[in-house]
Amino acid sequence: MKKEIAIDVRDLTIGYGDYVLLHDANYQVNKGDIFIIMGGSGCGKSSMLRVLTGLLLPKKGTVIINGVNMETAPQTDIQKIREKSGILYQSGALFSSMTLAENIALPLQQYTTYSPETIRELAHLKLALVGLTGFDDFYPSEISGGMKKRAGLARALALDPDIVYFDEPSAGLDPISSHHLDELIIKINQSLGTTIVVVTHELASIFAIGTNSIFLDANTKTILAHGRPQELLKHPPHPEVYQFLTRGEKK
Amino acid sequence: MKKKQQLKILSEGIQIQHDTENLLIILSGDLRSCDCVRIVTEVQEYLTSSIKKIDFIDDGLQTWDSSLLLILYDILRLARHNQVSYDCSHLPQNLQDLLDLAFAVDRRPPQKTSKKQDFLENIGAKSLVFRDMILHVIQYIGAICVAFWRCLTSRSIMRYIDFLSALDDCGPKALGIVALISFLVGLILAFVGAVQLQTFGAQIYVASLVTVGMCRIMGAIMVGIIMAGRTGSAYAATIGTMQVNEELDALETMGLPKIDFLVMPRLLAMLLTMPILTLLSDVMGMLGGAFVGVVLMNLPYQEYWKYAFDAFTLNNFLVGIFHGFCFGFIIALCGCYCGLTCGRKADSVGIATTQSVVNAIVWMIVVTGIITVICQELGI
Ligand SMILES: Nc1ncnc2c1ncn2[C@@H]1O[C@H](COP(=O)(O)OP(=O)(O)O)[C@@H](O)[C@H]1O
Ligand SMILES: [Mg+2]
Repeated sequence: MKKEIAIDVRDLTIGYGDYVLLHDANYQVNKGDIFIIMGGSGCGKSSMLRVLTGLLLPKKGTVIINGVNMETAPQTDIQKIREKSGILYQSGALFSSMTLAENIALPLQQYTTYSPETIRELAHLKLALVGLTGFDDFYPSEISGGMKKRAGLARALALDPDIVYFDEPSAGLDPISSHHLDELIIKINQSLGTTIVVVTHELASIFAIGTNSIFLDANTKTILAHGRPQELLKHPPHPEVYQFLTRGEKK
Repeated sequence: MKKKQQLKILSEGIQIQHDTENLLIILSGDLRSCDCVRIVTEVQEYLTSSIKKIDFIDDGLQTWDSSLLLILYDILRLARHNQVSYDCSHLPQNLQDLLDLAFAVDRRPPQKTSKKQDFLENIGAKSLVFRDMILHVIQYIGAICVAFWRCLTSRSIMRYIDFLSALDDCGPKALGIVALISFLVGLILAFVGAVQLQTFGAQIYVASLVTVGMCRIMGAIMVGIIMAGRTGSAYAATIGTMQVNEELDALETMGLPKIDFLVMPRLLAMLLTMPILTLLSDVMGMLGGAFVGVVLMNLPYQEYWKYAFDAFTLNNFLVGIFHGFCFGFIIALCGCYCGLTCGRKADSVGIATTQSVVNAIVWMIVVTGIITVICQELGI
């Protein structure tokens, strides 16, 4: 069965000013995949995510999301794609002056026509989905780091997105919390059919959740490997990739 | 079945069928953006005490979104609350999974404790906080004196490059704005004075008015307000951000005195530049006055300057410069203090910045009052 393509990246070159981080990258993300972007620190993973979410303009190349070219399409189409994508930032990026429920209600108030009661109930449901039942009236400063990430995820899920992006979801979490978050990602992927793009260098997560991946390399500024993480471990296309996936073993 | 079955359509795609004991909810078609609250209240009306079981049937459900999930979630919550059993096994698998996920509570929220203090307790607590703050400020000023001493005996760890960049920031980079504002203030002073003096035919005294006003106090105050907003707040924001990034903790654990490292370069730069900026402000203010007097009111050029210089006394000028010096001290102290005592949350830096400007301006006015009274007593 041929899978539908959610994200199509062609000849993408990313950089800041004259500095090129990555050149001529080509890859596709299928609908319903959990797609991992991995690589060492500073190789441009977060920048890649910024390009995919439209926060950073590519130097060259195109990004096509659900058939919409993010550069040339009319503004209304791009806005629709943005509404249909959720992002979980490294630290949750919850608005500190609002309660968790208000944080989640914000995009709903902006983009839907639901009544205020319904929005409140929806916010409660989204919090329940990420295991935070009853935390509606808590402020971000009153909950732990792992809970902030969950709340951030609840906000990312507010508008029933087609694609959810995660930037280092397990950074700063203890092994148990990060395992729970991985499980949550899998459950949401399976039950909602959401396409998920995860930036991470946490090996346990990569193997636990990834159905497809790319490996970015800072030295050659290219994609060194592309495929299912387990496959890459079995048949590493490059010694660098093997070293990364085995925490530094040499082949 | 003998019991009478009734069918009711709640909304397009959601039907409800019930007899005395069972409630059957049938879902079909496209269920997006449903009116959740209304539907759930209607279902609630059917949940009479005789109902024992709720069944959900998928009769060709196609697309759905969170609003359907919300309806199911709320109905199940109602059912649990009323101790009615339910059966979701005919729903699509992914809906069942999501409902399971929503009900899987793995952590209960802690009880929020909001202890209410009575009036006296409140006063007591506030006084203690106030006392601590006073002690803290005294400690801070003491530490600065010690740091000064270290500086004089050249045992300070202050980095001269920090000092030079602070100097650059509150010297050359502040010249433009100080000059512009002072010129305008001189201009305004002259205009306002001219209107009154004209009624006596004494326009020429505009020159004296502007000279005395700018040199004695206005120059210093304007520079103080500009520098509190421009530089004092920047000090608070920079040091506050270092607090949020745990850089201050790093200094502490390395045993480096924060005062030497962060406060001294900024304080010395301020003390050095403020008198000079005040001087600039005096001159620009007089030029602004002259612009009104000579160009707009057509007063004779030479006469204007004669009156201006006659009104100029060294005492006034030095008092103004002294004000500038004191204001520099206050601005740097308030800015750095608010930065050093900044909290660690996202909005802390904003609060520290606001505090620094407010404190600096309040203390500048207080000190102006004190100096004025002292000068009065000494007859300066
Ligand atoms: N706004 C920016 N301007 C200039 N350079 C940047 C900017 N953001 C990141 N960089 C540089 O790009 C490189 C990659 O950053 P990033 O994408 O955050 O890496 P990663 O997330 O893989 O650790 C880093 O070397 C960083 O210095
Ligand atoms: Mg990053």
